[in-house]
Amino acid sequence: MLTTTDTNSDTLTLYGKPFSSRLLLGTARYPSPKILSQAVTTSEAEIITVSLRRESARGQDGQRFWDLINELGVTVLPNTAGCRTVREAVTTANMARELFSTPWIKLEVIANDDTLQPDIFHLVEAARILVEDGFQVFPYTTDDLSVAERLLEAGCDVLMPWGAPIGTGRGLANPYALRTMRNYFPDTPLIVDAGVGKPSHATQAMELGYDGIMLNTAVALAEDPARMAKAFAMSIDAGRLAWKAGIMEERDMAVPSTPVAGTPFFDLDAG
Amino acid sequence: MTDARSIIVLGAGITGLWQAVTLCDHGHDVMVHELDQDAARPASWYAGGMLAPFCEGEAAEAIVSELGQHSIKLWRTVYPGVTVAGSLVVANSRDRAELQRFARLTETGQPQSPEQIAELEPDLDGRFRQGLFFQAEAHLQPRAAMMFLRQRAIELGATFHPVAANANTPDADWIIDCRGLGARADLVDLRGVRGEMAIIRSAEINLTRPIRLLHPRFPLYVVPWGNNRYMVGATVVEREDAGPVTVRSGLELLGHAYALHPGFAEAEIEDMAAGVRPAFADNTPKIVVDGRRLYINGMYRHGFLTAPALADITANYLETGAMHPEVFRADRGERNPTGNGRTDTA
Repeated sequence: MLTTTDTNSDTLTLYGKPFSSRLLLGTARYPSPKILSQAVTTSEAEIITVSLRRESARGQDGQRFWDLINELGVTVLPNTAGCRTVREAVTTANMARELFSTPWIKLEVIANDDTLQPDIFHLVEAARILVEDGFQVFPYTTDDLSVAERLLEAGCDVLMPWGAPIGTGRGLANPYALRTMRNYFPDTPLIVDAGVGKPSHATQAMELGYDGIMLNTAVALAEDPARMAKAFAMSIDAGRLAWKAGIMEERDMAVPSTPVAGTPFFDLDAG
Repeated sequence: MTDARSIIVLGAGITGLWQAVTLCDHGHDVMVHELDQDAARPASWYAGGMLAPFCEGEAAEAIVSELGQHSIKLWRTVYPGVTVAGSLVVANSRDRAELQRFARLTETGQPQSPEQIAELEPDLDGRFRQGLFFQAEAHLQPRAAMMFLRQRAIELGATFHPVAANANTPDADWIIDCRGLGARADLVDLRGVRGEMAIIRSAEINLTRPIRLLHPRFPLYVVPWGNNRYMVGATVVEREDAGPVTVRSGLELLGHAYALHPGFAEAEIEDMAAGVRPAFADNTPKIVVDGRRLYINGMYRHGFLTAPALADITANYLETGAMHPEVFRADRGERNPTGNGRTDTA
């Protein structure tokens, strides 16, 4: 198996490539490329996603924006944001492979413009085509287990389920489904993608045992994107550390932290 | 006023025109070298003409707002066509979070009730529950303003000369390079950012000031240009080609005007066009000093907003050597401002 999560050194391994950061940062909608660059630096993110379709240069080489992206010195994960059909997504993936010399592709096939939710049928079909063509696919999907299974069958080694619809900042809309997904696929790297609005959302996902968090709007549109990126990096570290440390079970009854049994002279001094 | 200098201004976009007018005004001998306008329109030809130093603070650095506030004063002393009627920012109820965010990131915006919105813009009566009003902001018809500035520069003694894009520049005391993306080969960290706009005409709707309709995906604006014409703009796309407007951008622009007021459905589309704005990595204008040549560049979305102040700063530098610390830069660009230059794709 190409992909494993090595818990001893706590390295995140995605398609054989190790990372120490578990934050994946989107590059759209920052006030300027300089502020984007600061956000990447302060958060120590090692993977950034770029959109080829709309925000950016449609795969045209020689654009200075690509130079700026490349100069960040981090791993580029191109995406197919905005694609509505299998064919569009496959074409965009091929442009990305050429432009960034990478087999990595974050696969998004969107069902409708209002919710931007994944079109799971086309997603699976596009994933199958791309994997056969040698791509290493990171599918943006829902928390549906049967879809996840189809994606794994298609050859995806990483899954990116949504927390909530893109850009909503609503956090984990269905923590139960995400917990089930984690338990169902204990060995597959799972990255929560979309809907994360504040650091506590990211911590919550990491406490569920997720392997990483993919973010864009929450950082890009913050008043101080660089500082917010740092806050997210810290919250992801906190959640990850908690998961590894083993989180206590919830109980219905109060349990005093100082033992009271065998404390016979309980109130003697009070009289 | 000091000794008259011979100065060549390269480029007759809004930046070059303001340099020409200001430097003539300071008694210098100014020649403007410009490209054939039909062959290559400057980026400013596609501008909206908003002078909105406070609204732009939503995403721009503080220096842009400072230069903008000074520029409004300079515009008003030179050009009689400036309208100071403020700007109005509105959002649909479902996007009220956008309005809260906008208010948090900007200064001087006054919250508006539906009644106040109707008072400012009667045609928007009943359409928006909440808004922000930026009273000190202004607007103008940018193409008329450019023609006026050109005429003004000629009256003050400037001469205009058509040149080819890569023509050698004759000797002068100073060369003020305002070529925008034309200077891309000289300024290594200059990039192009595409913007698309539409000009529509409607006799049915009367708006008197720029209106920004906030939306989580496409925050656009409508600027009244007079004579029933409205400029709808502008997209911000990290692409460097000025090819025709795409269907998607066209839908966004026109859909946006329609969302602002359904009466725009019957408006006539006069023009839809794309331009490419010059920008540095921080999207903030710079004066780059290279010997006797000054590059005034990187105006991004803020050409009309900052050109007058930058011309003032340039004239001051030529006379006193004073370098505004936030605007001047002594090198033509660093290839690699932050990263380690490693291109590391998976």
